Amino acid sequence: MNFDFSADQKSLREQARKFLGEHASSARVRRILEGAAPYDAELWRGMGEMGWLGTAIPESYGGAGFGYLELCVLAEELGRSLAPTPFSSTIYLAGEALLLAGTDAQKKRWLPRITQGAAIGCFAMAEGPHVATPANLTARVESGHLTGTKMPVLDGDVADVAVVLAADGGAGRAGLFLVNLSGPGVTRTPVATVDPTRSHARIVFQRAPAEPLGGAGQGWALNERVLNRAAVLVAFEQLGGAQASLEMAREYALGRFAFGRQIGSFQAIKHKLADMYVAVELARSNAYYGAWALSTDAPELPVAAAAARVAACEAYYQAAKENIQIHGGMGFTWEFDCHLHYRRAKLTGLMLGSARRWKDLLVARLEAGAA
Amino acid sequence: MDFNDTREEAEFRQEARQWLGRHAEPKSGAFETWQSRYPGREGYDGLERARAFQARKAEAGFAALHWPAEWGGRALPPIYQVIYAQEETKFLVPRGYFEIGLGMCMPTLFAYGTESQKRRYAPSALRGDEVWCQLFSEPGAGSDLAGLRTRAQRDGDDWVINGQKIWTSGAHWADWAILVARSDPKAAKHKGLTFFFLSMKSPGIETRRIKQISGASHFNEVYFTDVRIPDGQRLGAVGAGWGVAITTLMNERLTSGDLRGPDFEEIFGLARSTVLEDGPAITNAAVRERLADLYVKTQGVRLTRFRTMTALSRGETPGPENSIGKLVNAPKAQEIASFAMDLLDMGGVVMDKDVAPLRAAFQESLLTSPGGRIAAGTDEILRNIIAERVLGLPQDVRVDRDLPFDELPTGTR
Repeated sequence: MNFDFSADQKSLREQARKFLGEHASSARVRRILEGAAPYDAELWRGMGEMGWLGTAIPESYGGAGFGYLELCVLAEELGRSLAPTPFSSTIYLAGEALLLAGTDAQKKRWLPRITQGAAIGCFAMAEGPHVATPANLTARVESGHLTGTKMPVLDGDVADVAVVLAADGGAGRAGLFLVNLSGPGVTRTPVATVDPTRSHARIVFQRAPAEPLGGAGQGWALNERVLNRAAVLVAFEQLGGAQASLEMAREYALGRFAFGRQIGSFQAIKHKLADMYVAVELARSNAYYGAWALSTDAPELPVAAAAARVAACEAYYQAAKENIQIHGGMGFTWEFDCHLHYRRAKLTGLMLGSARRWKDLLVARLEAGAA
Repeated sequence: MDFNDTREEAEFRQEARQWLGRHAEPKSGAFETWQSRYPGREGYDGLERARAFQARKAEAGFAALHWPAEWGGRALPPIYQVIYAQEETKFLVPRGYFEIGLGMCMPTLFAYGTESQKRRYAPSALRGDEVWCQLFSEPGAGSDLAGLRTRAQRDGDDWVINGQKIWTSGAHWADWAILVARSDPKAAKHKGLTFFFLSMKSPGIETRRIKQISGASHFNEVYFTDVRIPDGQRLGAVGAGWGVAITTLMNERLTSGDLRGPDFEEIFGLARSTVLEDGPAITNAAVRERLADLYVKTQGVRLTRFRTMTALSRGETPGPENSIGKLVNAPKAQEIASFAMDLLDMGGVVMDKDVAPLRAAFQESLLTSPGGRIAAGTDEILRNIIAERVLGLPQDVRVDRDLPFDELPTGTR
């Protein structure tokens, strides 16, 4: 049995934690929260210099060619630190879509720039406050040109390239398309969200040139494959955030006195913290399984990814929510960091579709496996 | 990252599998147990067969893999016990007879007994010739074990025991027992305890079965009336019984046997085969959401166990993550039972094995699963343990710790 990260991967974790402790401190995160900059460009450059952007990208496209286990390790640390960078959009979504379905030319055009930090990617699926399905997509591509509105698009305001889900000619058919966002027919406006440490945009496409990504008619299935891979990686970010929230709550419960005692000595608080710990460990084990499936391209990946996402969404939200509660009134202030995780928990819980939808997917995949 | 054995582990697994294949019958169904195959009279007939199996298991060196070789073990690291247990669950083997003796009583004897006591008791326990039980809990001392009141009074070279124990698994067939009793009621509650072992055939011991809400009787009450124990059978110093009891409890594992109840696989199967008012249960959104939650928990615990095994396999000390297993599984078993019966609607109440799905396993589980949330650490005690030992939070307020025991308020309800 070898179901854990290796010693090398654990030392990468330590190295990442140290780097992010210095370069993605709470003060740095708050600069993005409170300032006009959409992301921390200096941190992003630093991450590029550390080689993180090419972690799972093959060397032939300029990457470091490590692997997905290493990427999972980094994701957990990025989630723990709340690093305000376009890493998830660029690497887990746009990068994975290119790796899965891009032509050699498309990969050569974008992946080396991504690994160098010279291009930011984004993934445009949502079309407003409802679930996007192949049947209700209004963005559409006709003869190589995309028309429609995508909102919210994580990092859409700063990205150079977008992978866009759009209707593809025939009824109910969806496809993924690659759009150069500095090309014609693209209008972007920032959109405020619950988590201002990560920027979002509304993107209006008016006959913007769009290249198909992957074969015709495979769009929705390809979209699901991209989301599965991202679900595992985002689960590690959520896990890092959940662990950080649990640790914050524990620290506070040890240091805060009420009724003449540490509040962490009362069972109402102890049991709440124990429940948070249980949720985090269940999420951790499910995430590790997702990491194994992702790194070995196992047929279990669709089930493992859905389970990892469901467990991580719930653990992070629970830990972030109860962290505020354990901090009492202080947890409700802007000054304390509790709300940063609370915001990020909800953002990561929705950015690939809600846990409600992934639970349905999980059961559908179990049914398919048992049929 | 993978799920493979090392070469040595794979060889051992193969050896265990081959031996079990030769000496045990494969299970015919997930819920079959030794006791259900050999019901007998309150388990006694099963015990005779169990002893025969245990003797062969001891001879083959599988009965106590981690014990030192001089006591019949192989001195193997804990991962091998896990591997053997994984293989053994596929077979119909006796459970619930020897675990307490080998898992709790013998380690205590090894730590506190004399050489001649170890020589006298360890081999017979290993072979199953003598069965042991553990006399700890009392009607007024469950989670708060140190509140026990069974008295041990010194009388010459003997101790005289009076009082009552409860929840004693296997007391009705045990030959020997370990006992913790109060030797000094004037001392503070953790300081006035002394630890012994004794013959269950001693005069003055009376054992009564407890009928559980399921109707089954796995446990006993044990009454002591002037039961005499030679001082030579004291383990640890007079007044040091709490420390000895902690040694025993550190070795505690779930000894209730493989009474596996319906789990995710069974509720998923039921949802696929049951029709609700709006079609198959599996298509109902509320049902799907609960199934997903149960799957994530089931996988989470299973995979967490793999993480613990990984640490053992690497020769590391496992992290605290395995402490979540029972706290997740026990309430989950109860939830699955109740959820399954809800799917069956009005018909869910039926316990007739010929009518109810899975021969009424869900209904049985409704009545057995509450015990899982209480035995071997209640849900609440487990949360305290996680909070204190894993997260490092302070202990609860203890108003009784430094007072003389006989001045503490009483009341058993």
